[in-house]
Amino acid sequence: MSVSDLSSLGSPGGSHVRAVHDEFHGDLLEVSMGPHHPSTHGVFRMIVTLDGETIVKLKPVFGYLHRNHEKLGENTSYLGSMPYTDRLDYLSSMTNNWAYALAVEKLAGQPVPERAEYVRVILAELTRLLNHTCLAGFLMQDCGCSGTPLMYAFREREKILDLFESLSGSRMMCNYQRFGGCRVDPSADWLDGAKKLTDGYGAFLDEFETLLTGNEIIMARTQGVGRLSPALAISAGVTGPMLRATGVNYDLRKVDGYGVYPRFDFRVPLGDHGDVYDRYMIRVLEMRESIKILSQALAGIPAGPIMDPKAKLRGFRPKAGEAYGRIEGPKGEIGFFLISDGSPNPYRYRIRPPSFINLTILEDMCLGQTVADAVIILGSVDIVLGEVDR
Amino acid sequence: MSAIAATEPFLERAPQLLRDAATGFLPEPWRWLVNSLIAIGVILAVFGTLFAFLTLAERKILGRVQNRPGPNRTPLPFIKIKFFGLAQPFADGVKSLTKEDIVPRDADQVLHFLAPVVLLAFSIITFAVIPFGRHLVPVELDAGVLYFFAAGAATELAVFMAGWASHNKYSLLAAMRALAQLISYELPLLLAWVPVVLVAGSLSTTEIVTAQAGWKFGFLPHWYVFTPWGFAGFVIFIVAALAESNRSPFDLPEAESELIAGHLTEYSGFKYALFFMAEYFGMIALSGMAITLFLGGWRAPLPFLEWIPSYAWFGAKLIVLLLGFIWIRATFPRLRMDQLTRFAWKFLVPLALINLGNAAFWSLTSHWTGALQLIRWAVSLVLIVGPFVLMGRKLSAGVAPRVYRYAPS
Repeated sequence: MSVSDLSSLGSPGGSHVRAVHDEFHGDLLEVSMGPHHPSTHGVFRMIVTLDGETIVKLKPVFGYLHRNHEKLGENTSYLGSMPYTDRLDYLSSMTNNWAYALAVEKLAGQPVPERAEYVRVILAELTRLLNHTCLAGFLMQDCGCSGTPLMYAFREREKILDLFESLSGSRMMCNYQRFGGCRVDPSADWLDGAKKLTDGYGAFLDEFETLLTGNEIIMARTQGVGRLSPALAISAGVTGPMLRATGVNYDLRKVDGYGVYPRFDFRVPLGDHGDVYDRYMIRVLEMRESIKILSQALAGIPAGPIMDPKAKLRGFRPKAGEAYGRIEGPKGEIGFFLISDGSPNPYRYRIRPPSFINLTILEDMCLGQTVADAVIILGSVDIVLGEVDR
Repeated sequence: MSAIAATEPFLERAPQLLRDAATGFLPEPWRWLVNSLIAIGVILAVFGTLFAFLTLAERKILGRVQNRPGPNRTPLPFIKIKFFGLAQPFADGVKSLTKEDIVPRDADQVLHFLAPVVLLAFSIITFAVIPFGRHLVPVELDAGVLYFFAAGAATELAVFMAGWASHNKYSLLAAMRALAQLISYELPLLLAWVPVVLVAGSLSTTEIVTAQAGWKFGFLPHWYVFTPWGFAGFVIFIVAALAESNRSPFDLPEAESELIAGHLTEYSGFKYALFFMAEYFGMIALSGMAITLFLGGWRAPLPFLEWIPSYAWFGAKLIVLLLGFIWIRATFPRLRMDQLTRFAWKFLVPLALINLGNAAFWSLTSHWTGALQLIRWAVSLVLIVGPFVLMGRKLSAGVAPRVYRYAPS
């Protein structure tokens, strides 16, 4: 199925919910899950109507973390928004930075030196490893593992965060990319550290998969749960691993070929069922591809400047116009749309947040499933509330 | 209490000698009462301490499994020495005693108070019939096993009480789950030990331990777990015991990722601690019963180790089983409700029934010797492994690892 094939936009979700208002079943139970529920990954709320434990209606409520991000972006300079993009999806600040920098570079026609492009790819793939590792850990926690996979995932996450910290000075709020390059040039030591981590990551994934992937309970819990049809996924604008788990071949690294991605040899794994298990496995397989990209990029990184010498940061005024910069973030297509009127601030600053758009079809996936399923379906969507609520 | 032969090792007789020294001067009717009170006190003290350090062990082991140290910061009082977090249980106790006891306004005040008390009471009284050592049986009941499981089944009623009285939707869902789980897993639990009663010919726990005496080839003990039907029964029993004591992977009533804490949501302070205590007491009691029924009770595993007192062997086996429970908790994810009940009704119950027939065959052929003995083992193995494989395949139909394709580049 490809993006152009949109013939079967039928009933959403496809889950059948039986009629429940008969004498035997009686009343429905409305439960408010969240915003303080431990498994909603932040301050997210689901108003769930239950028949027994089967979900017949689910109303997502969000906005508890709304921070007026886009309006703030219009009231500050172009560079001033850069650290603020860290706070969108706080697990993957490096890719948020890159997407924003890409949009501004498109707007201003700013070239980027080759070394910076390589560093960006390295950091984006490290971010993907970090994000997918965390997601796998959280998803298993939602499945009821008593913390073991989560702690294993966090052990690896710490190693990546240490790399980020030594490069940018901050573990999560990196604020690293600039228009026309990157803020700091990574030292040879840092690159060695990244190489060491890359070489060891495959062993961690093997360990993680040995523990979980073939586990009968995990398979029983996740296979066939929260099915998403390719047609619905496309019409709802779902992107990222969630879309690829339904079998749609759409990866911006291949489609747009932004940065230096066309130079690297990697594959795009596709699922066939679009259920929670597929979403989990696609992410694990993507991590293995990320490791391949990382070792190629670390081997081929050229010498040279990290910033374009002509790049202007302070007093930066792009000419009037508009631009949309998008990259394949770990959660899906993260894009920034900017309109410039020639002033130091963007006239319009708009974000395409993958978490938010992927979350919109939550009800379609949850209908007819149980409460326990709703939790892992939500976990498999991979949301960060900082990005959903903005 | 059986008469103690003076030929037994001193350590074996020590508890009795100590007790007789303390109560020997009392007149006969009073001695019985005081002895019972001493037994109650000892059970509460020993298993209360075991519970305290079991929580610590669980947290430490979970921590080590998960690449973290576990509790290690609690200093011993007054001397301020941190020693592997050994003071953690006491700190937890003080904390839960001093915390505010919150009762929701809409809760059923009486039931809300009663639920933890009832739960703990029923958990503790099950200890009465477990033979902890050669002479350490608190109550000798002819139908001890029946008594044990009757008392154990009542605990889930208390869980339902807690869920209903809390007046909380999550608690109510948890209460419904708990009842479904009780009904589903009570059956395999009972069917798992019926073969033992069939072969041992008694419902008395002491008699069952006596029936497992002796050695095969001079070293292999006659424990029921070393027979095909006994091993299957033991495994079914442990799986059902995990479910009965709400332990992972069957901890659905208190699933913290779905129902927050289930029936515990509205409990705080010491009432919460009581629930916690009851869960661990239930776990200890079921492990003790598994040891009595399948692992030879207090008997030594090898003939030359018989000089070690029987209660030490019971304790050692108990700790091994409890560590197994903790290990399982650290490893497995949770089942879903429908999968849980399906596993019980479509797999464990039929398997336990087949196992009952298997045990009947075993006891009918007890006089077979020589080559017939081999046939007896082979038939018994086939009788249990065959259905296990067939039903297991059916149970996990449609669930398999997948092969993924890659986009053409």
